[in-house]
Amino acid sequence: MHPSFIWKMAWRDSRSSRRRLLVFSISITLGIAALVSIGSFRNSVSQAIDDQARSLIGADLIVESSRPFKAEEEMFLRSLGAPQARETRFTTMAVFPAGGGTRLVHVRAIGGDFPFYGTMETEPASAAREFRDGTRAVVEESLLIQFGARVGDRVRIGDVEFSVAGAVHKMPGEASAGASFAPRVYIPLQDLPATNLLKPGSIAQYRNYVKFPASADVEARVKLIEPEMQRLNLEYDTVAKRKKDLGAALENLYRFLNLVGFIALLLGAVGVASAIQAHLQQKHRTGAILRCLGASARSTVFVYLLQAAAMGLVGATAGAALGVAMQRVFPAILNSLIPLPISTSIAWEPILRGMLVGFAICVLFALPSLLRFRKVAPLLVLRSSTEGDGRGGRSSFDPLVTVVYLIIAGSVTAFAISQTETWTRGLVFAAVLGLSISIFAGMAKLLIVLVRKFFPHNWSFALRQGLANLYRPNNRTLLLTVSLGLGTFLLLNLYLSREVLLAQFRSIDAKDQPNIFLFDIQPDQTRGVADIVRSSGLRVIQEAPVVTMRLSEIKGRKTSDILADPKRKIPEWQLQREYRCTYREQLSNTEKVTEGEWIGRVDYHPGDAVPISIDKDIAKDFEAKLGDELVFDLQGVPIKTRIASTRDIDWKRFQTNFFVVFPAGVLEAAPTFNVLVSRVNDANESARLQSAVVAQYPNVSALDLTSVIQTVDAILSKVALVIRVMSLFTVGAGLIVLASTIWSGRYQRLRESILLRTLGASRMQIWKILCAEYAMLGVLASGTGIVLAVASSWALARFVFKLDYAPSIWPLLVAALAVSGLTVIIGLLTSRGIGSAPPLEILRAEAE
Amino acid sequence: MTAIPILDVQRLTKTYRTGAGELNVLKEISFSLPQGATCAILGPSGSGKTTLLGLCAGLDRPTSGSVLLNGDPLADMDEDERARVRNQHVGFVFQNFQLIPTLTALENVTVPMELRGDRAARALGLELLQRVGLGDRVAHYPTQLSGGEQQRVALARAFINRPKILFADEPTGNLDAETSSGIIDIMMELNRSAGTALVLVTHDPDVAGLTGRTIRLRSGEAV
Ligand SMILES: Nc1ncnc2c1ncn2[C@@H]1O[C@H](COP(=O)(O)OP(=O)(O)OP(=O)(O)O)[C@@H](O)[C@H]1O
Ligand SMILES: [Mg+2]
Repeated sequence: MHPSFIWKMAWRDSRSSRRRLLVFSISITLGIAALVSIGSFRNSVSQAIDDQARSLIGADLIVESSRPFKAEEEMFLRSLGAPQARETRFTTMAVFPAGGGTRLVHVRAIGGDFPFYGTMETEPASAAREFRDGTRAVVEESLLIQFGARVGDRVRIGDVEFSVAGAVHKMPGEASAGASFAPRVYIPLQDLPATNLLKPGSIAQYRNYVKFPASADVEARVKLIEPEMQRLNLEYDTVAKRKKDLGAALENLYRFLNLVGFIALLLGAVGVASAIQAHLQQKHRTGAILRCLGASARSTVFVYLLQAAAMGLVGATAGAALGVAMQRVFPAILNSLIPLPISTSIAWEPILRGMLVGFAICVLFALPSLLRFRKVAPLLVLRSSTEGDGRGGRSSFDPLVTVVYLIIAGSVTAFAISQTETWTRGLVFAAVLGLSISIFAGMAKLLIVLVRKFFPHNWSFALRQGLANLYRPNNRTLLLTVSLGLGTFLLLNLYLSREVLLAQFRSIDAKDQPNIFLFDIQPDQTRGVADIVRSSGLRVIQEAPVVTMRLSEIKGRKTSDILADPKRKIPEWQLQREYRCTYREQLSNTEKVTEGEWIGRVDYHPGDAVPISIDKDIAKDFEAKLGDELVFDLQGVPIKTRIASTRDIDWKRFQTNFFVVFPAGVLEAAPTFNVLVSRVNDANESARLQSAVVAQYPNVSALDLTSVIQTVDAILSKVALVIRVMSLFTVGAGLIVLASTIWSGRYQRLRESILLRTLGASRMQIWKILCAEYAMLGVLASGTGIVLAVASSWALARFVFKLDYAPSIWPLLVAALAVSGLTVIIGLLTSRGIGSAPPLEILRAEAE
Repeated sequence: MTAIPILDVQRLTKTYRTGAGELNVLKEISFSLPQGATCAILGPSGSGKTTLLGLCAGLDRPTSGSVLLNGDPLADMDEDERARVRNQHVGFVFQNFQLIPTLTALENVTVPMELRGDRAARALGLELLQRVGLGDRVAHYPTQLSGGEQQRVALARAFINRPKILFADEPTGNLDAETSSGIIDIMMELNRSAGTALVLVTHDPDVAGLTGRTIRLRSGEAV
């Protein structure tokens, strides 16, 4: 066949269905919009990170230590050149004497001209400079709001009262307000000693900021001094490092969003596939005539392939346009989580990629129907009765169609793997998707068989007709069940997973669980603090000494050597972190020994290997077994230990849980501080206890679970908002697919309905028949989707979060009702006209 | 004219396998039609007329026996080769017209030529529509035409490639007597002027009388 004819025919043949095809092409629009907007957002963020890299940390180099810098270290720091600045960070209680309010805060005592890059933004703007002159503080606005305080009011930190110079809005290197448990308070470094808060063993972070000359190659310099920093056990941070960390964190977000977008796109693809299938079913006669007039099978397929490709192109273009418009939404939602202002600009790469993916998916999903179309027999023209049944050998095995299915499965899997960036997760994602599709297909087949077998012959005419429509030739049962069911499943799954996450946090606050946490208690204050708690009518649920140590050797290898090993599997943070260890004789009620023997007390002689108990997951990370040796560094003193047991710890309980527990008899003389856990019943009780403790022991800090939950909630709700926006894409795509599958199905029902009308069926009867059919489909699809979603979120709760899980019933009912209802409503809406217009008119207009 | 018959049918048999057993629809039909000849197929409903026509035009495969179309054995060709033969040598007219609903009258007529990429399609199409008396309806869609008009469009389409043979399955079955004779006249006229052989399935003995020979079918057998 001549190529020009294919184009002409494709264009001319689309005449009567252009509007319909256009609507169908919208199915993929939302999915592509999602992918494009995420891609563009990602682009602008990395652009912003690149542009404003140096203000990411406000300096060229940060050198950090958990102890005050020693003389040797000071010398090293001096050698790095000027300008430099200092900061000491720690957590303590802030008291507003005016109202008596207390709250845990992050103190940042700053000395010098930090930040070197970017600006500290405050309200009033002058506060950023003025507070450095002395006894003034800049605080986070939330703190002022919480205690009804104003600029000029006083805030007490330890033994010093500062006057509030202003509220901080932005500080280079810090995420925005509200992203942490405790609000920040900036004070001048020179006032720090007077607070009397930092004692030997107190937990604090000592930072030194360095600015290199503008011409310096930061990376090269850092490389040069790296060995020295390692020798001194100093940690450091540079722009490059921070960029990498930030990138990794964002990568996870993108990946998740992309999967959601991909699901929307897949739904859309299902919509396109069903639309093409329905479209082609109407074109059987045209195909047969063309074949009769001498067109080859391939050319007839090409005619409709062109139409499908055009649909894909239109849908993809619309999606890209919508995506570009949508990309503004993400920065608006997420700007407080991302420490940089983000501008939105148009980047072609994500747009083109999104369009390509969408277009390819569209064509790929259309291919099976298109390929079957080549089996349409020209004989059809002689036998008009067989017209509707032109299934073109669908039942027979077609290797090419099988190949296309394999390609589809392969590309979906490949995409899933590319999004999750791990083989296993991608495969699991694809497998779950494949499994659910087969379950839905199986359910549809089962329904068809069951309805046939147990056909209720005594039902009313309308119901029987509607039911029979489910298995008659050209039924849409399979397609609608799969697409509706999959949509319900995915949406509900998103919703239920969020429920599971929230349940996880709520379970922390269950009755009688501890919810307040007093720490930094010096050994000689232990008794006094406990007395205050008891005299406030509260229980001391747990008390534990805490000793901070670093890991220096695992199984005879130095941690610094392991760190330098490119093949290491142990995460960096576990090698570098400070281990807050405790010692006690008994197991607590939140832990169980999984292996080995619990040893409660030893008779210690320096140099002995101490039998300790460690968390089983850490043991796994260390690849350590019972009996293996770990060496800890306790402020310069090495302590040899041997793993005597591993424990399974219930981390969900808001208690002081420890990765590493020593037996009694070893660490009693070491510098320790204590923690105390209690339960308060309301915010008032919590505030009273905190004030009472802080009044007497200013160095003691308190953390109230409600403030943790508030923070987690704030972060979760932001993330949830993003998820919700993304789900909207999925819901939207689902609805369009629903409409388009039903609409495409309508043409098959149309003739029957008209015929019935001609035979004297009333409008009501026709409505009833259609209602019965769509309601059955809706109930079946949503029912299966709900069962699957509940099963998968149950598995999530049970195996990932280890929670008992009982989904609330009403959202499920709502989902079932909504899907079935929508199916019926959209079904009837798209069928309107069937009942009212004179049959002849419809026959002429639509009955190809 | 060559000596090769345009249509040569030998011991043509068609059996359908149905749920209720085998159904012998055509039993060893043989006949031969010279170039430019006309022929009518008569017989009661269900006697196998459409089946025979479909086999002769290569729209279906026989159970046994052979069909030579213009000397070429249809059985040895694959679907696409048969499609090419149909495009080059065969015209069709059907009882229910079988126009493509999304194309205008003119576009329907020109399809067979455009399939080959022939640029003269439009001019010739217009001329043919003129000849069947539809010069003023070229831009109309099938739904906007009456049955008789649709059948004339189908006729114009059947002749646009100057086929050697035209198959017509009850071409006037859906039309009134006057329109019918108009259609038959056009076909006969084209047979005379272009030498197109005609194979007509019909119920009308008068129409059968106009053709050179008649094949009568009864339950799948020529009588
Ligand atoms: N696909 C099929 N499967 C089984 N039987 C078939 C099939 N197609 C046709 N038949 C049977 O073959 C026989 C001949 O059919 P055909 O359409 O050729 O008859 P006809 O002579 O054209 O009749 P009419 O004048 O009514 O058009 C009929 O009995 C019909 O039932
Ligand atoms: Mg017939």
